[in-house]
Amino acid sequence: MAQKSFRQALNEALNHEMRRDPNVIVLGEDVAGGSGASGQKDAWGGAFGVTKGLLGAYGPARVRDTPISESAFVGAAAGAAMTGLRPVVEIMFVDFLGVCFDQIFNQAAKFRYMFGGKAVTPLVIRATYGAGTRSASQHSQALYPIFTHVPGLKVVIPSSPYDAKGLLIQAIRDNDPVIFLENKVLYDTVGEVPDGAYTVPFGEAHIVREGGDATIVAIGRMVHFAREAAETLAAEGIDCTVLDPRTTSPLDEDTIIEMTEETGRVVIVDEANPRCGMAADISSIIAENAFGALKAPIMKVTAPHTPVPYAPNLEAAYIPDAKRIADAVRKAVAFQRS
Amino acid sequence: MTGLQLSREQLLKAYRLMRMIRVFEDRVSAEMASGDIPGNTHLYAGQEASAVGICLHLRESDRIASTHRGHGHCIAKGCDVDGMMAEIFGKETGICRGKGGSMHIADLSKGMLGANGIVGGAPPIACGAALTSQILGRNDVSVAFTGDGGINQGTTAESMNLAQVWKLPVIFAVEDNGFGEATASSFVVAGEITKRAEALGMAFAKVDGVDFFAVHEAAGEAVERARRGEGPTLLHIETPRYYGHFSGDPDNYRTAEEKAAMRRDRDCLVRFRRRVDEAKLLGSDELDKVDAEVQAAIDHAVKAARAAAQPALSTLTTDVYVRY
Ligand SMILES: Cc1ncc(C[n+]2csc(CCOP(=O)(O)OP(=O)(O)O)c2C)c(N)n1
Repeated sequence: MAQKSFRQALNEALNHEMRRDPNVIVLGEDVAGGSGASGQKDAWGGAFGVTKGLLGAYGPARVRDTPISESAFVGAAAGAAMTGLRPVVEIMFVDFLGVCFDQIFNQAAKFRYMFGGKAVTPLVIRATYGAGTRSASQHSQALYPIFTHVPGLKVVIPSSPYDAKGLLIQAIRDNDPVIFLENKVLYDTVGEVPDGAYTVPFGEAHIVREGGDATIVAIGRMVHFAREAAETLAAEGIDCTVLDPRTTSPLDEDTIIEMTEETGRVVIVDEANPRCGMAADISSIIAENAFGALKAPIMKVTAPHTPVPYAPNLEAAYIPDAKRIADAVRKAVAFQRS
Repeated sequence: MTGLQLSREQLLKAYRLMRMIRVFEDRVSAEMASGDIPGNTHLYAGQEASAVGICLHLRESDRIASTHRGHGHCIAKGCDVDGMMAEIFGKETGICRGKGGSMHIADLSKGMLGANGIVGGAPPIACGAALTSQILGRNDVSVAFTGDGGINQGTTAESMNLAQVWKLPVIFAVEDNGFGEATASSFVVAGEITKRAEALGMAFAKVDGVDFFAVHEAAGEAVERARRGEGPTLLHIETPRYYGHFSGDPDNYRTAEEKAAMRRDRDCLVRFRRRVDEAKLLGSDELDKVDAEVQAAIDHAVKAARAAAQPALSTLTTDVYVRY
């Protein structure tokens, strides 16, 4: 199988679906990017180059640069989705969705329910998330818990190029509004990705690695640190399962509970802020459903309850890392009931 | 000739601030290229006459709210360049203690309410500052800087309406460099920007942002109108952006010729020097001396920023809430 970058995997997913279905359109700032500026075509392909080549292949009617008016174009995409198109909106940084929460929370997410099940909203909103690029407080958040909180939205956070492609194709074919979050630090990471179209279903966690001593549940970029921690721990004789939920809504509660029951120790790794975050949520699901299997308290490894700082040393301390994860597992393994 | 009634002292101050912005930005660009500055910056070089032409009318108690391209606004409003440079380097001595970086530089004591990572973030904030001034009877004005891209944000449209119905002492300074990132405004801005003000019954002016004197004069009228309690003004300022959108932008959506022509024909500093020279107001030697002083100040700022310590790790969790 070919090795491809996360970015390329996403680009292939968009290409497959645009080719297959003429109703799929792409909207966003700079997605055509500079097309029309003197002598240029596809100069950017979006701020991170994910939509490069789409304008040339599918034309300006289906690949549209938008004004910097998120409420208008995200809302328009929701309206287009409920009337027959399948828009894929690109938002450079998930933080900017703050501008258009109404259109997402009160409009797109609610159509199906409020209208008695009569509406479908096949809308995908792609955005980058996450710290690690020295972009400070307004360009670094991991806001997936906020979207996960809202019923009606599906929330997808791929950790590998393979999942990125399969989950994005699934998202585009899905009939609900999907918030699809890409960690910008992962764009250049590579992995095996088939050439053809395939889907990865929502709500099915990926068991990245199996081990009987503890379960590490990790989201998005944190999966990489969890795997690194698991390797370090394996050398010490502690065998971990690493579980990647891949979608936080729907969330594969069954697999999380099952793995908890197998290992009895759980560490949850979440780049988001801790209060009302995914780690807290998953922890409560485990406590409620697998309390009897726990051999140690559930451990959470998250960012602190602060905005993301700019200074490199502070930002590095902000992001959970393999060391903190390994320490949490060791603590869980060493735990003794008094 | 408009604006040439400025005193020698004011002219020198205007030139010094514009030169300071230019040298600051060129230096940040060089330091970015050498990899010594973390993250990303959006450089203001080329647009100096706008920030300075406006801010020269402002007192310290007047407020400005800025954009992601905020360094020039900060300098024009009197922020300390050493503190700004240290902030961009992510150091403890930074004006925001290394927590904000290039896109969030602020100094409330100077009336600088912050650069802003969110396009359209500034206009509501500037309206709020204007409301404070109006309600507390302070006669201060505030300026919302925004780009031609930011004019399309709902917050900007809503703020303009709010400012007009409440007659807020606020100025909407739209710095139109023809692009929002890589997308030319012709693809995303409908109609004439000034017409948006006209539709609201708001005063407006369109100005050549390469001409410091034109900006200064239009801004002067807007500031006076605001201080008289006659409400907001929109200034549509056409200005070149010398660098790419951000520091790593290959800027390949404009041709090399376009960029060269822009630097050659649309340089507010060159234009300023020519004007004061023709009017025999300031001599070249005086201006060259300013250039040298500014260069030394920026050298100092970079040296100090490099030498400064990183923020203490304990500060990661401070400043979230007010502590009592
Ligand atoms: C709400 C929001 N949407 C998108 C962006 C990404 N972005 C940053 S700057 C920029 C272009 C702004 O253009 P303009 O207002 O004309 O200012 P200029 O960069 O030309 O100075 C964009 C789209 C953002 N920061 N915030």
